[in-house]
Amino acid sequence: MKERLQELETEALGKVEKSGTIDELKQVRVEYLGKKGPITEVLRGMGKLSKEERPVIGQLANDVREKISDAIDEKQTKLEDEALEEQLKEESIDVTLPGRPVQVGGPHLLTSIIEEIEDLFLGMGFEIKEGPEVETDYYNFEALNLPKGHPARDMQDTFYITEELLMRTHTSPVQARTMGQKNGTEPVKMICPGKVYRRDTDDATHSHQFTQIEGLLVDENVRMSDLKGVLQTFAQKMFGAEREIRLRPSFFPFTEPSVEMDISCKMCGGEGCSVCKGTGWIEILGAGMVHPNVLEMAGYDSEKYSGFAFGMGPERIAMLKHGIDDIRHFYTNDVRFLSQYHKA
Amino acid sequence: MLISLNWLKELVDISGLTTNELAEIITKTGIEVDGVYEPEDLPKNVVVGNVLSCEQHPNADKLSLCQVDVGEETLQIVCGAPNIRAGQKVAVAVPGAVLPGGFKIKKTKLRGEESSGMVCSLQELGVKEEDVPEAFVDGIFVFPEETEVGADAVQLLNLDDSIIELDVTPNRADALSMAGVAYETAAALDRSYELETPSYEEVKEKATDHVSVKIEDAEANPYYGAFVIKDVEVKESPLWLKNRLMAAGTRPINNVVDITNYVLLEYGQPLHAFDLDRFGSDKVVTRFAEEGEEIRTLDDKVRTLSSNHLVITNGEKAHAIAGVMGGADSEVQEDTTTILLEAAYFSPRVVREGAKDHELRSEASVRFEKGLDVNRVAQAGERACELFENYAGATILKGVAEEDHLDREEKEVRMETEQLNNRLGTDMSTDEVKDILRRLQFGYEEKKDVFDVQVPTRRFDITIFEDMLEEVARIYGYDRLPYTLPNSSQQAGGLTQAQHLKREVKTYLEGAGLSETITYSLTDKTAAEQMISPELKGEANGAIRLAMPMSEDHSHLRLSMLPELLRTHRYNTARQQQNLAYYELGKVFISEDEAHQEQPKEVVRAAGAVSGNWVSHLWQQEKKEVDFYVVKGIVEGLAERMGLTFTYVKGEVNGMHPGRTAIVHCEGETVGFMGQVHPRYQKDWDLKETYVFDLNMDLLLELYEKEETFAKIPKYPSVSRDIALVVEEEVSAGDIEATIREAGAPLIKQVKVFDVYQGEHMESGKKSLAFNLLYLDPERTLKDKEVEEAHKSILEAVASKHGASLRE
Ligand SMILES: [Zn+2]
Repeated sequence: MKERLQELETEALGKVEKSGTIDELKQVRVEYLGKKGPITEVLRGMGKLSKEERPVIGQLANDVREKISDAIDEKQTKLEDEALEEQLKEESIDVTLPGRPVQVGGPHLLTSIIEEIEDLFLGMGFEIKEGPEVETDYYNFEALNLPKGHPARDMQDTFYITEELLMRTHTSPVQARTMGQKNGTEPVKMICPGKVYRRDTDDATHSHQFTQIEGLLVDENVRMSDLKGVLQTFAQKMFGAEREIRLRPSFFPFTEPSVEMDISCKMCGGEGCSVCKGTGWIEILGAGMVHPNVLEMAGYDSEKYSGFAFGMGPERIAMLKHGIDDIRHFYTNDVRFLSQYHKA
Repeated sequence: MLISLNWLKELVDISGLTTNELAEIITKTGIEVDGVYEPEDLPKNVVVGNVLSCEQHPNADKLSLCQVDVGEETLQIVCGAPNIRAGQKVAVAVPGAVLPGGFKIKKTKLRGEESSGMVCSLQELGVKEEDVPEAFVDGIFVFPEETEVGADAVQLLNLDDSIIELDVTPNRADALSMAGVAYETAAALDRSYELETPSYEEVKEKATDHVSVKIEDAEANPYYGAFVIKDVEVKESPLWLKNRLMAAGTRPINNVVDITNYVLLEYGQPLHAFDLDRFGSDKVVTRFAEEGEEIRTLDDKVRTLSSNHLVITNGEKAHAIAGVMGGADSEVQEDTTTILLEAAYFSPRVVREGAKDHELRSEASVRFEKGLDVNRVAQAGERACELFENYAGATILKGVAEEDHLDREEKEVRMETEQLNNRLGTDMSTDEVKDILRRLQFGYEEKKDVFDVQVPTRRFDITIFEDMLEEVARIYGYDRLPYTLPNSSQQAGGLTQAQHLKREVKTYLEGAGLSETITYSLTDKTAAEQMISPELKGEANGAIRLAMPMSEDHSHLRLSMLPELLRTHRYNTARQQQNLAYYELGKVFISEDEAHQEQPKEVVRAAGAVSGNWVSHLWQQEKKEVDFYVVKGIVEGLAERMGLTFTYVKGEVNGMHPGRTAIVHCEGETVGFMGQVHPRYQKDWDLKETYVFDLNMDLLLELYEKEETFAKIPKYPSVSRDIALVVEEEVSAGDIEATIREAGAPLIKQVKVFDVYQGEHMESGKKSLAFNLLYLDPERTLKDKEVEEAHKSILEAVASKHGASLRE
């Protein structure tokens, strides 16, 4: 019996060795280790053996069984690994081929600039106010210290609809309207972005429709130094912390004093170059202390209340920031232009 | 305004500053400098020469052979200028000279004759042709006889001048004169300047012996002064005067015209010279023109006047449009000997009307329009008289014939040191304020830090405290103001719900694949009135038209944003851009009155347009063109983003495909539409199949603000059932869905179409619609029997309402 077991062992291990697939290996297992297999049969004949021989043969049979089983397991792992290896090889793809595109849109450059400015002033406690684009002559001009016949009120620049209705030429009427709602008592702290219209022929630097952002702060004891501080905060956040600002006298009918704000030129650092026309400074916005006539017309006591206002053109800021040379790009909506500014 | 620094430095001490430094100071304290022009590329070695002889060149018809004395030697020069003559003093570029553009002058031979140098025209020396006096435009420049031979021509011609160009704002009309700029510069640099008082010899004969002046409308013409100047010799102006005019960009004509132009530049006061012998009477009457009255002006045009044009007449006939242009009949000519010189103040409004109506804006009219120094009107006339005496050999009659209604009082403005500091955020002392007023040359009285400032009449822009605040601040220096932040009442700031929602909608649409555009609100009439959303009722009163559009393309206010969005598609399609997906958030303008007299209703809308491929993955041959349901998916997603439920009903909109348009409803209100652009429109506009949507954001916002309650997450399981119904093909899925929801209420929670089938195995004219239904009771687990009952009543309802039968 001992010989028979050893014979079975050699035979089985040989078959395991020869098995090339998992199925073949399964058959080997069934053939040798199954209930009807030869090892079971040998054990069944153990009754004929002596008491002394029984445990020895029993032990041997178990050893053989284990050896065959281990060999099968080992072979199985090996075959499985090989099969996986094969599968991985087959499943390999060209990772450099393009992916399935996901349609993603993006904001218009002007919207990005406007929202950036909005967020900046929201952070300083300003509100955003909006108003009608078709305005009355009163709010667009008269309430802003531009009575009928005022030289700065060039009729040729304005799209009139009737004598009293027009396309607003600036967003300042929103300021006049907002002040008017406060009964001359509450402070105002607002910016008003929006579309405005001028009677211009469209060319590289003119557009009959463009955008504006104006700001207004009215309260007791507002100082011109406050205007300077707010504008500097804005300029440094918008254009970089190393930018300097400069105020210089200017003229607007609704502010007195009126100033224009320049920032130091980024291109040349103030040395003078073609971007800043040799001056070292770039004009960014107009501002000033609210004219007492404007305050009085809105119902404020101009002895007690003072304020400042400022206004800027997002197109100009976008053009400066991105080196865009033609204002018409903003309204032609060429997909090749728009998509350049979609990245966040 | 162009400022010659060679002129300015004779008025104010500007030594020690470069042109750029000076420009920077002027910009920072008062007036913006628009440009700085330094003499560049100056001619070198150009001297004054005396043409000793001038003969015909032996070998060339059009050339002259000249002997020219240049001081140290006599040069033989071949010259092609037609106006060269013996005895002239001319500008000679001697051998070794360099002309602008790097052009070097060498000894050479021209047609066989030696030529050592070149006789120059002003253009060759770098003067702009439009500034060159007429007589010298086509030839060489000729110096006055007394000019010294051998002198530096560049210096004599003032070519080494630096020019500063000022951009004068409307309030600073005082700076439209050299005197004004000199006061400004003196204040900025803290140096001195005073306008000199003119002086000349007056004869006994009086101006009033020859002319009288009568003003009919003192408001339109508060002052008119007439000087009488005799024995005038009309000739060329002296070189220095020509130089100053040329530097300021004014072409010299003759001494009479040049002198009035010079005083205009110096004083900012326009003057006009009439030939008194041609004036036709001894009285000047200023009045408004008769309607239809005619005048032939200096430019030889006959102009028809109206009753808002002020004219200068001889009692009968108009000889000038006040402040705008003189008449041709009394123009100063070569033979003129007696001049009536007008120094007047016309109201800005009257001159503006005249200049506008006749399209004659000039240096003179601009100054009248912006205002003049009331104390400098007659003085400017006197200054001209002084120059006439010196440069036209004239005799000045005593006094001036005038009528005078001008108020010459200086205005008084009160200010306090503390008030200035409070407004500026500064810490100035009263002495500092006094020092600023001294620099400005403003008179004042001060008591206990309270100033009463006497504003000189030259600064007629200053009338209130805030004006003085500006004067003090700018001389103090804006760069010296501290940086502070408002200590005003704190306010949180932040977006309103509407503003927040608009941003959300943008973010959603961009995530859904659409890019933002901004198009024009003004468009042509046809585009303005197309594709109007039904709830707007915009057709009723039509698009609002501008009174004076620049072009018909931008003449009407849009009632829909889609036509302009489609123009964007057309533009990009024409540029080989295939797959387009755009949206815009903007306003349309709905007139609520037929006559368009009232402010229109402005409605915020979100509109989009999509064409081309929606999915396109080339190497996997995966490609899907955009269709109705792609855009509907975007709109449904938007509703979901806003927490709203939209329903869609087939409808018609002008410009849209009648079979592929849905009107969008929400909570019983129409909120917009979506669908395919009409194929005819697509063809006319060269568009591919294009799908659009257009939603009323104002309405959606109102609905959004209502919906704010929290819906609990269901605790109990739902039951899902599928049904397939066979119906006539015209029956819409939406209608069946509505019926299912109604009949299945309250247990039915969700109805979804998952299959639409038509074709084989179906009776023709019929279709099959498969729905997935979800039943749920939030309070407990549903029993099979309840579901069965609900399901049965749904089947009965769809059968009776839509003739639907269960598909086998
Ligand atoms: Zn620069």
